[in-house]
Amino acid sequence: MSVLFILISASLIIAIGFLVAFIWSVKSGQYDDDYTPSVRMLFDDELTANKTEIKKSIKD
Amino acid sequence: MSLVIRKPIVTCFHCGEDVITEGITSNDKHFCCTGCKTVYEIINKNQMCEYYDLSASPGINQQTKIREGKFDFLDDAPIIDKLVHFKDQTYYHVTFYLPQMHCMSCIWILEHLHKLNAGISSSTVNFIKKEVTLIYKHSQTTLKEVAKTLTRIGYEPHISLNDINTTKIKKYDRSRIIKLGIAGFCFGNIMMLSFPDYFSLGTLENPELKHWFNYLNLILSLPVFFYAASEFFISGYKGLKQGFLNIDAPIALAILITFLRSVYEIGSASGVGYLDSMSGIVFFMLIGRYFQNRTHQRISFDRDYTSYFPLGVSVIHPDGNETQISVADLKVGHRIKIHNDEIIPADSILFLGKATIDYSFVSGESLAVEKSIGEIIYAGGKQTSGAIELEVLKEVSQSYLTQLWNNAAFKTKKEVVTVSFIHRISRYFTYALFSVALLAASYWFIYDASKIWNTITSVLIVACPCALLLSATFTNGNMIRILNKYKLYVKNAAVIERMAAIDTVVFDKTGTITEQGKSDIIFCGEDLTPLQQQFIRSLANQSKHPLSKSIVSFLPFSPSLPVKAYKEWKGFGVEGFINTVSIKMGSAEFILGSKSPKVNVGSTVYISINGACVGYFLINTKYRNGLAEIVMQLKKQVQVKILSGDNDSEAAYLKTIFGRDTEMHFNQKPEDKLRYIQQLQKQHRVLMIGDGLNDAGALMQSDVGIAISDDTNNFSPACDAVLSGKNFNLLNELICYCQKEKLIIYASFALSIAYNFIGLYFAVMGDLKPVIAAILMPISSISIILLTTGLSSLFEFKLKKSKV
Repeated sequence: MSVLFILISASLIIAIGFLVAFIWSVKSGQYDDDYTPSVRMLFDDELTANKTEIKKSIKD
Repeated sequence: MSLVIRKPIVTCFHCGEDVITEGITSNDKHFCCTGCKTVYEIINKNQMCEYYDLSASPGINQQTKIREGKFDFLDDAPIIDKLVHFKDQTYYHVTFYLPQMHCMSCIWILEHLHKLNAGISSSTVNFIKKEVTLIYKHSQTTLKEVAKTLTRIGYEPHISLNDINTTKIKKYDRSRIIKLGIAGFCFGNIMMLSFPDYFSLGTLENPELKHWFNYLNLILSLPVFFYAASEFFISGYKGLKQGFLNIDAPIALAILITFLRSVYEIGSASGVGYLDSMSGIVFFMLIGRYFQNRTHQRISFDRDYTSYFPLGVSVIHPDGNETQISVADLKVGHRIKIHNDEIIPADSILFLGKATIDYSFVSGESLAVEKSIGEIIYAGGKQTSGAIELEVLKEVSQSYLTQLWNNAAFKTKKEVVTVSFIHRISRYFTYALFSVALLAASYWFIYDASKIWNTITSVLIVACPCALLLSATFTNGNMIRILNKYKLYVKNAAVIERMAAIDTVVFDKTGTITEQGKSDIIFCGEDLTPLQQQFIRSLANQSKHPLSKSIVSFLPFSPSLPVKAYKEWKGFGVEGFINTVSIKMGSAEFILGSKSPKVNVGSTVYISINGACVGYFLINTKYRNGLAEIVMQLKKQVQVKILSGDNDSEAAYLKTIFGRDTEMHFNQKPEDKLRYIQQLQKQHRVLMIGDGLNDAGALMQSDVGIAISDDTNNFSPACDAVLSGKNFNLLNELICYCQKEKLIIYASFALSIAYNFIGLYFAVMGDLKPVIAAILMPISSISIILLTTGLSSLFEFKLKKSKV
């Protein structure tokens, strides 16, 4: 039976990992707009100028 | 007899409007105006025609031209500082509200702005909010250029005084979703860890394992109790502090007791507690609240005059220079320049130019008012005849119009004044519950005193008014969703309940029961030849009078001919020569020399060609389709009244629609309307339907204020709900639908009482096993959710039928 202790602990830790990922995704604004991304993904990609630089600017 | 207008066959490739003027083409595509064509050419030149592939005719009609220099105020550094929400050495971040955004193509083109303006490095659309967030390099472009880029392709940013007044960008409330996630997570895991106990698997042989599971459950329940359920405790406590027992208080009590008893049982190793049920119910209730409060971000219900007023205005300095300043900085004595189609931001005196002010939105007067130099012009009117210069008399916040917002009606929240019936039932429910608990306790006091605490806590655990809260939130959530489908956007769930209770409907006239800017025109007289039509149109085109404008839009398009010796007789009509033909148009007195027998309602414009009267145009305000039927239906169950800021010229006609007994008030100022509603409310519950700023006070004061909007993107004053003009004829059905709310909640509540009886049976016997609670809780919750959403969708059927 003692194997259960390990199994349950492991499953809980994994589950908590997902919960943390969820909280992070909410905090980073992924749930703020639940419509536009669904349309955006249908457009053909074209890389715009210097994405990393802009990303840095957004983060700041 | 009336004129037959050619039906257009082609629609504009850009915006989809009917093409009335032929010959505006580019690449074999037809356009309704040169504006649309220009936008197409810009898009085509930049190889962005994917725009037209994503949706058919996605463009925005370009018939109304936007003045060059309209965005000059965006060069003003203080204004830029207020609009830009972030900047560093290279990039500026700014968010614009673009009310024109409506389809997939819009998203596409707005996210590819860098092709049109290399200075824009990124643009992100939030379609629901109709906002675009732009990041641009200020070394390469300016805020003004960015706004102009947007305007060039038809998305003129809406920049109002409100944009700088409020603290920037309301943060989207994310904690609600996080709470939901945490409660769901803990609920699932606690359930899983409780399974062995439900079926007595293994735990009997291994008590160590059982303890371990119980403590894990306890740890998992902490975030639910302290974080996810916090809003119930806070709201319940706030209610009690104000001496008001709301539904959250008994719920908080039940959660608290469940938690404490579980802690006690686990701590004393006497049981496993009810943590699974507790986290489950918190999870379900949070879902319900989330579902109910998913408000419409794209509609703002709390707008005041600041979102109607422009942000920038040109000030003329004594030395003749013109600069742009923010309207908020206007001072008494400033000389300002107002261009055509702009709104006058402050009470002022006309100094130079010809003013024709359209007050329809502010006061409800349907005809524009002409003002001469030296007269006072009140803020809020829209100038419609070229540029004028004004001298400011009062600051923006002091003006006559904005005074209205100081009224108490704008400061009290209706939700505080009227208490939902949910709270009332929950109170009765709570009293009943306590009596049951007391009865059971006294029974056990006699027979087996050791069971008293067990019984009392069990009763409170099993029968909390959570079911009632679930019924209410899911019913409201689904009803709000369905009302949305019929283009009635309500501010929150409480509006539905108040709407169900109304017994008086008060209509505004201009823009509410009439269609804005539209009129019914017929021509009575001889048949006009196309040449005659062209003559009349050319003459009418010279005049700025609203009636002339109606005639111009009524007659089929023809190029304007030069008019010689044009003369305008104020209050009578206009005359002029085209080639050698003398044309006069105006009142009967002006043309015939005598007053016409008043046979019809509405306005008449007589036409004479070469001195001979050929007939007259009969122009009626256009009332909304189905108005008569709506009034008929409404009068069966409520009183109907009219409250108009306009004059009483149409009173006779309105009586034929509304009936002789209908109370009508004309020439009402905004404060009069507010006071009238206040008077009515002494005996009635009032639904006010209006559209303009002049109704703002009445909309706020009434029990339910509905703003009619022909285009939900446009400005609508603060209100409880916005109804699309297209669905105006559904008004009665929508009210009836709202009346079903109580019925549905009562029905599902009755169902939950049945479950409660089963649970209570076990509870009063002092024998509530966690497994029973754990089975009852989800079954009752889910069946309530099914019942409420099912019933509210079922009642929608009637709405659907009347829509067809």
